[in-house]
Amino acid sequence: MKITTLSEAIRRHVADGACVALEGFTHLIPFAAGHEIIRQGRRNLHLVRMTPDLVYDQLIGMGCASRLTFSWGGNPGVGSLHRLRDAVERHWPAPLEIDEHTHAGVAAAYCAGAARLPFAVLRGYLGTDLAEANPRIRGVECPFTGERLAAVPAINPDVTVLHAQRADRQGNVAIHGILGAQREAALAARALIVTVEELVESLPPAMNGIVLPHWVVSAVVHCPGGAYPSYVQGHYSRDNSFYQRWDAISRDRDGFRAWMDKHVLASPDHAGFLASLGAAA
Amino acid sequence: MSDWTRDEMMTVAAARRLWNGCVCFVGIGLPSAACNLARLTHAPDIVLIYESGTLGTRPEVLPLSIGDGELADTAACVVPLPEVFAYFLQAGRVDVGFLGAAQIDRYGNLNSTVIGPYHAPTTRLPGAGGATEIAAHARQTFVMIKATPRSLVAQLDFRTSAGFLEGHGARARTGMRGAGPRAVITDFGMLTPEADSDELQLSALFPGVTVDEAKSATGWPLTVAAQVEAIEPPTALELATLRELHARTREAHRRPVRIPA
Repeated sequence: MKITTLSEAIRRHVADGACVALEGFTHLIPFAAGHEIIRQGRRNLHLVRMTPDLVYDQLIGMGCASRLTFSWGGNPGVGSLHRLRDAVERHWPAPLEIDEHTHAGVAAAYCAGAARLPFAVLRGYLGTDLAEANPRIRGVECPFTGERLAAVPAINPDVTVLHAQRADRQGNVAIHGILGAQREAALAARALIVTVEELVESLPPAMNGIVLPHWVVSAVVHCPGGAYPSYVQGHYSRDNSFYQRWDAISRDRDGFRAWMDKHVLASPDHAGFLASLGAAA
Repeated sequence: MSDWTRDEMMTVAAARRLWNGCVCFVGIGLPSAACNLARLTHAPDIVLIYESGTLGTRPEVLPLSIGDGELADTAACVVPLPEVFAYFLQAGRVDVGFLGAAQIDRYGNLNSTVIGPYHAPTTRLPGAGGATEIAAHARQTFVMIKATPRSLVAQLDFRTSAGFLEGHGARARTGMRGAGPRAVITDFGMLTPEADSDELQLSALFPGVTVDEAKSATGWPLTVAAQVEAIEPPTALELATLRELHARTREAHRRPVRIPA
């Protein structure tokens, strides 16, 4: 069954130890799916995201991850991701192995993954210490010119999770606005879960808009508000004040756990999570 | 007492470096304020690119994140992120890259990754994001960084983004296509690279700042250019435009967002 519930989609497609990419660049971050992974208590995940953002701060702080592939790990415009820092600096709640890249590197690695190539080539990582810090950043010689280029292994997640504006009953998914590397991460994955604001009978012809056709989509979940506190173009705005408040919420371990217990674990689903925040406001 | 802050002077001094029509890859924070100030004053046709894929964006308020909806709503076009980095930045279609960092050294190399050893850091910073490739590929870069003893340092803890590497032409010899940092705007004035050594030297001071103050705020023995320009204070128009932009931004970011239901 392609159209399903979030708990069923996560149960079926996200196993302990899986490589999981929740993509969406600032826009369309699949928070509802991240929270469901936390509720189901997944462990030892290899998380992949260009910008871990609050959603991975939460997964890391709740002990779901043992490895992180990323390229920029801050709270945008605010400062640190305190749970990510605590994991890297003090190994709490568990040690976190990091596979660190640049945006250009991760973007290229997703493109290679989507095309089922073994690695990506770019003029990247020039004059930096990153290649020394990460043995997965290597060099390759152009067979035509001899130019030395950077190479990074393709990223092929076991499952990619996206949030999007719309899907139809067949499971075709339409996305607009800031896309980040959503399409590439989706097509690089072995399974694809998409949560959507709206489920419609059929989508209009998209021409050049982004559509993920139904046969690359494993599961579609109707989940209004599923990207909050990030945003959905045409539906709701990014809650910048929540991102600012997260700095205090996440700063110490006890405060973070109490907040997660109260709003995520005590809520049966995302509607409950949103209601709990509305009640608190 | 001046009627402007050092942050405002930094922003104004950086904005003045940008010219009308230039294609500028913008980082968040002070660079974003400077680029939009330029757009709202002397450079109305500047093309601002944010790494979220928003090209030619004209935000009414400053974004908190690099991908706020405001940037998409006001963009000439929105392209996938791999295209921004491959087809625009790597392909050499960016005139100016605007960067910040936690640390800079005398050759304009930047650290935004860690303080302390990489595998056991005392402070884990956000990391490279787009900076490494912006530093490599933009035709030139400008850096904005507040001067503290921990930011303008003799030795970086980690090199995230290349400036002039070890100096004396080292960058040019790597084949990196961009020309590297042409100006570093900090809170006492501006540093620019000396032609032979590539070493950053003091070339301009904000009003009321002395060479000694600049030297004591710098973690390496700062050399001083033969001519040190006196930067003009912000004009009434620059200050009013910047303050209105910040006021609009504060108001917009405070506005409660309806939690979707």
